[in-house]
Amino acid sequence: MPVADIEPLLSIHGVSKSFGGIKAVDTITFDVGAGESVGLVGPNGAGKTTLFNCVCGQLRPEEGDIIFDGSPLLGLPTYKRARMGIGRTYQRVEVFTDMTVRDHLLVAERSRQGEGRLWRDLLNLSKPKQEEMDRVDATLELVGISNLADVSVNALGLGHCRLVELARALATEPKILLADEPSSGLDLHETAEVAAVLRTVQRERGTAVLLVEHDLTMVAEVVDRAVVMDLGAMLFAGTFDDCMADPAVRDAYLGQMGRA
Amino acid sequence: MEQLLGFALPGVPYGCTYALVAVCLVLTYQATGVFNFAFGAQAFASAFIFTYLTQYHNWSGWEAFILTVVVLGPVMGYAFDRLIFRHIPNSNSTAKLVCGLALLVGIPSLLPVIFGPQNLDATTTIFPFFNPNTVYFTIGSGLYSTPINGIYLSTISVTVVVLVLLTILLRFTALGLQMRGAVESRRLVQLDGVNANGVVAVAWIISSFMAALAGVLLAPIYGAFNSDEFVTLTVTAIAAAAWAMLRSLPIAAGVAVLIGVVTTVLQGYIPPDSFWNAAVVPSLPFFAIAAALLILPGLRNLDSSRDPLATIDPPPQPIAASTRAPTMDRIIRTLWYVLLAGFIVSMLTWIPATWETVFNNGLTLAIICLSVTLITGMAGQLSLCQATFAGIGAFTAAVFSVHLGFNFLVGGLIGAAIASIVAVVLALLSLRLRGLGLALMTLAAALLFDNTAFNDIWVTGGAQGTSLQSKWLGTSAFFNFDGHAMFILSISVLAVAVVIVLLVRKGTVGRNLAAMRGSETATAGLGVNPTWQRIVVFALSGAIAGVGGVLYSIQQQHVSPVDWNTTFSLVLVVLVVTTSVNTVEGAIQAGIGLFVVEQLLTYLPSRFGGPSLTIVLFAFGALTYAQHPEGVLEYQKRRSTLRFERLFFPAEAHAEEVKAQAVSAGASG
Repeated sequence: MPVADIEPLLSIHGVSKSFGGIKAVDTITFDVGAGESVGLVGPNGAGKTTLFNCVCGQLRPEEGDIIFDGSPLLGLPTYKRARMGIGRTYQRVEVFTDMTVRDHLLVAERSRQGEGRLWRDLLNLSKPKQEEMDRVDATLELVGISNLADVSVNALGLGHCRLVELARALATEPKILLADEPSSGLDLHETAEVAAVLRTVQRERGTAVLLVEHDLTMVAEVVDRAVVMDLGAMLFAGTFDDCMADPAVRDAYLGQMGRA
Repeated sequence: MEQLLGFALPGVPYGCTYALVAVCLVLTYQATGVFNFAFGAQAFASAFIFTYLTQYHNWSGWEAFILTVVVLGPVMGYAFDRLIFRHIPNSNSTAKLVCGLALLVGIPSLLPVIFGPQNLDATTTIFPFFNPNTVYFTIGSGLYSTPINGIYLSTISVTVVVLVLLTILLRFTALGLQMRGAVESRRLVQLDGVNANGVVAVAWIISSFMAALAGVLLAPIYGAFNSDEFVTLTVTAIAAAAWAMLRSLPIAAGVAVLIGVVTTVLQGYIPPDSFWNAAVVPSLPFFAIAAALLILPGLRNLDSSRDPLATIDPPPQPIAASTRAPTMDRIIRTLWYVLLAGFIVSMLTWIPATWETVFNNGLTLAIICLSVTLITGMAGQLSLCQATFAGIGAFTAAVFSVHLGFNFLVGGLIGAAIASIVAVVLALLSLRLRGLGLALMTLAAALLFDNTAFNDIWVTGGAQGTSLQSKWLGTSAFFNFDGHAMFILSISVLAVAVVIVLLVRKGTVGRNLAAMRGSETATAGLGVNPTWQRIVVFALSGAIAGVGGVLYSIQQQHVSPVDWNTTFSLVLVVLVVTTSVNTVEGAIQAGIGLFVVEQLLTYLPSRFGGPSLTIVLFAFGALTYAQHPEGVLEYQKRRSTLRFERLFFPAEAHAEEVKAQAVSAGASG
């Protein structure tokens, strides 16, 4: 879909974030349309995860605005941004130790419904309903981990934990999914599975995807266009093929080899 | 100026001993990642044995010094590292804190068990350095002149020498560099060829030597020998270490001396019989801790694990009830119901009054222990002020009865509500604190209540507390142990509290809290409001503790500040952790277990009986938390269940094991 035809869902305008004297994100500006899939790529230390943290509210940018679905995000806590429809997976896996895979998704499901009142718990009205369990099962099926539903994440390897994270984020039915290196630690087969899931949620559910990823083959499979960052600054924005052909991008990624 | 100097100088020796312990805290934390609450207790142990040997066995000062400071102090430190802290995974910050607390509670209780009750007077201590009775010179003149005696000179000179040597060691030697590396991950620096265990052991030995030194230096200044004084030493040192963000030795030492000086200056200027002198001056260290925690952002996530090899730690064991074979599960559930019915019938029929009192004590304490299960077991946060919440409930009920003529139970309900509100205020104040930071904040709150509200005669009725009158309850039935009214009341309220905790645990709030224990960042990223979950669990925990405090007071027939002091909060944590902090059975076993063990110990010779040995037993039980974070009783339950299953239901036990292996293999494959 041409970029101009898509209404912006997430608008990042001139966002900057520094740590001490280092400018980790330097006046970054780009949009992600509703249902669009955008790759955010760049070498290590480019500031991609920092930008994600600014969007999700885990960090407060020093400059710039972030607009989501027409509402400014700055000043809102993380949980309110999540309730507005921002889902996320993490570069360093963040799972709930001791909990089963199904319970991970139930936390997300309940949060999506905005339910979690103490009086409901005290009146024993908090048992998972059948429709909730069905939605959880459908998400597990989508991500391909139904067989692990009742397994504690303590028993899972890194690859499965990444899939649990993805399923958990999707269970909130986000309008946009911020996927931070979802293929990190996965083998080729698992990476292809994750790419397929991301394509499916984008095309069938209309979920926008902002993907941070080093595996450029996966990025090429999943995204409509790409934004390239290096040392906190934006190098390039455009289609993935144009991006890979850009000399500055090649230089940032491959250095001397790229120029050769 | 002379007056100010005259008030300030006596604070310097205090400040120097605080500085020694503050530096111990920073050094151990920097080298091992352990915030050792037990340094105060170690100081107390060395001072106790030093004084005991010099007074009762005619040892010379130097002989006693060499044994207690040069030998015993370092040996204790090495033993703590070798036997306890080395085995705690770097990521398990709760275990590290709990083991320190267990030692803090256990060591002072162990000494009377070993040496027998002693009435020591440290003012007659034979000091190994300068003569304490000789005035070497005087600063100033006239009314505000300060004579500098041997105690001043010894404390200041020893502190300065030790701090200089330590700074040189840390800044300019390879050992210092290795210590700083070992705090991140012992396993990682071992991969670089460093003997990390040796490096950490040296840190423990040095810091424990300094703690012992501080104890021996401080004892003659305090005079009368009281372990509470050493709690003050610990807390003041914690305040100084907090202001140094557990990083800088010079700042920790400087702040410690400053607190010592400010305390004596305030004592000098504020009239001795005023409220401010009685309440505010002793509270200075607690204000200092709270202010540091609120102001310094570096203290908010002190104990977040930075060990890159943390993922190789085995996962925690599931609770026994979740892994039982179906037949075994049915048998155990049935047995529990039979046991409960048998217990109730027995209590109402044949159990003698002595044991009915024991069980009633246990049932009421179990309610307070349930509040620990909520905060620590479900929310994963260590609160060191649960006895304070219980005390708020009890004292409020007493105040409403004494001053306003309310029924004690009605006042108790109001007290529980107030305890809940105080808990919410504390939760709001410590919103950004986790783990160690929150533990310190709750400790500061507990000590603040000890020195203010629980020290106010209008609230407490005096140091001995207030005796309950049957007219306040509208009936004398609760004081008549043969009438069983107290048992019926206690077990009914406990049952309600258990149901509440179980419903919350399996409900949405419980699931959210479990998720927050795993990753608060990811939980918030799903749309769960972590602040609200914390407020809910603090409020509920405060209310349950408040109700427990009211019932406990009715059972004891008095409300006393001694029952609800900070030490009791620490004992509560140690008790519940020993049994199991993750289950409601753990809380019930902790409450009843304390009094049953105490009663059983009364059959021993009087020297061993009483609360001291009980606390020692539970404290040493809590030390097993390092190996068994599920609680030593829970661990034994799982082992026994497994053995029983293999013996009587081998087929089912085998099927369960195969299922577990298949799941594990499927997951990892």
